[in-house]
Amino acid sequence: MTVGSFFAMGGYARYVWPCFALAISILLWNVWSARRYHAQALKRVRRALAMAGSNGS
Amino acid sequence: MWTWFYRLASPPSVYRVAGVFAPWLLLSAAVFIVYGIIDGLAFAPPDYQQGDAFRIIYVHAPAGWLSMFAYTLMAIAGAVGLIWRIKMGHAVAAAVAPVGASFTVLGLVTGSLWGRPMWGTYWAWDPRLTSELILLFLYVGVISLRAAFEDPNRGDRAAALLAIVGVVNVPIIHYSVQWWNSLHQGATVAKFAKPSMPGSMLWPLLAMFMGYMLFFFGVLCMRVCAEILNRERQASWVREVVRA
Amino acid sequence: MSVGAVSVLRLVLRRELTLSFRRPGQLLQPLVFFLIVTTLFPLGLSPQLSLLRDMAPGVLWAAALLASLLSMDGLFKGDSEDGTLEQLVLSGQSLTLIVIAKTLAHWLVSGAALVVVSPIVATTLAVPVEAFPIMMLSLGLGTLTLSWLGAIGAGLTVGLRRGSVLLSLIVLPLAMPLLIFGANATDRAIGGESAAGALYFLAALCVFTTTLAPIAASVALRITLE
Repeated sequence: MTVGSFFAMGGYARYVWPCFALAISILLWNVWSARRYHAQALKRVRRALAMAGSNGS
Repeated sequence: MWTWFYRLASPPSVYRVAGVFAPWLLLSAAVFIVYGIIDGLAFAPPDYQQGDAFRIIYVHAPAGWLSMFAYTLMAIAGAVGLIWRIKMGHAVAAAVAPVGASFTVLGLVTGSLWGRPMWGTYWAWDPRLTSELILLFLYVGVISLRAAFEDPNRGDRAAALLAIVGVVNVPIIHYSVQWWNSLHQGATVAKFAKPSMPGSMLWPLLAMFMGYMLFFFGVLCMRVCAEILNRERQASWVREVVRA
Repeated sequence: MSVGAVSVLRLVLRRELTLSFRRPGQLLQPLVFFLIVTTLFPLGLSPQLSLLRDMAPGVLWAAALLASLLSMDGLFKGDSEDGTLEQLVLSGQSLTLIVIAKTLAHWLVSGAALVVVSPIVATTLAVPVEAFPIMMLSLGLGTLTLSWLGAIGAGLTVGLRRGSVLLSLIVLPLAMPLLIFGANATDRAIGGESAAGALYFLAALCVFTTTLAPIAASVALRITLE
């Protein structure tokens, strides 16, 4: 099997490769989205703490 | 008797445990997925009927399975939150929803792309794809309902009830769609022809299932941590954790 | 004064129907919507009678579902706006019973009315008269089931902004099995075949939903109101 035939996927390349690309993208999106969500939550907590800190002690 | 469970299910311990597990889950997921993709694309033999197009199964089948699994998990977590009033249940349910929905989309698109070389059309209302589509609607409903409430507690409980109603309906929907499709068997072959699976084809598939599952739980841990932070903002333990 | 279950049902049913009939114009809206939506399809496709007859089950059912859902968000909204709903929840009477009565009353003036009007609409779609009984039976079972599902949706979305769109969004996927079996029963009746299988399943769905949905709807109300 050559590199060329590997990429050609027996003629089905334009269906197979987008599927795998989409799968990787969705996996990556999930990680990115979860990280962002966590970061936003952390930011909100820190902001609330800062405001309480400046108001209280 | 249940105090150990309630303590285990307390927000600070879940936050800590989830935080520890997440990177390991994701890492092991990566190992399985990388192996599965390489083996499935390069080394598994092409299918006698479908040629190389069958390789799409390696990303499609685990996604479809996971979308169903996630919805069931979401309903169970919501039930735990609604019936036993364990707040972590709602946190888990809220965390599962977007992840499960994304896998449903993945299953739909890969299924559609797989259908094109097989049936000549990008969409063919085959029973599995149609059920997946309705499942996506159910996910969107739960996510939209939770988001529509200003009071997050009400939103959690409303979404939990809807998820429970939905999960009860899923078998009914599956059966109905299967039945509907069998009535209208037209010229197009409406079912995915399952390739017969020798070991060299099966191992990468099992690896992908394992990889997707580990990945799902890893991302879930990350999202649950965020949900906990959002819900327990006032608690003193949160302040300690965030300061650290 | 303790009130028996049947009295609660009767009282609420009577109240709902009286209120509904005070605004006869509003009662006609779902029916007119049903007629209008059904008209869209021949206009959009073709006036050819054979084609219409083939399309008829799907068009009738889709239009009936949409028309029923249109008025569904009014199930609890009126009472929620003037505080009656809270009184009902706090009344100490079984909320499930109250939900049953309200939903039945709503079905009588929307779903059941659609069934009565359906022969007229079906005629415009070239449905043969022999098919009418099965068609009406299936529509009756289907709209009733839909009313129960809609009650759950209405309970979950009462008081939300844009609640009616969200209500349709959450109820329609759950109603798809109804559509499948109801349209199939109608289709077989048009073709002169036995619709028994589909009707049995439709009836089973109806019984299942009738048993469980009122409880779910009352839980939904407690969630959104507390």
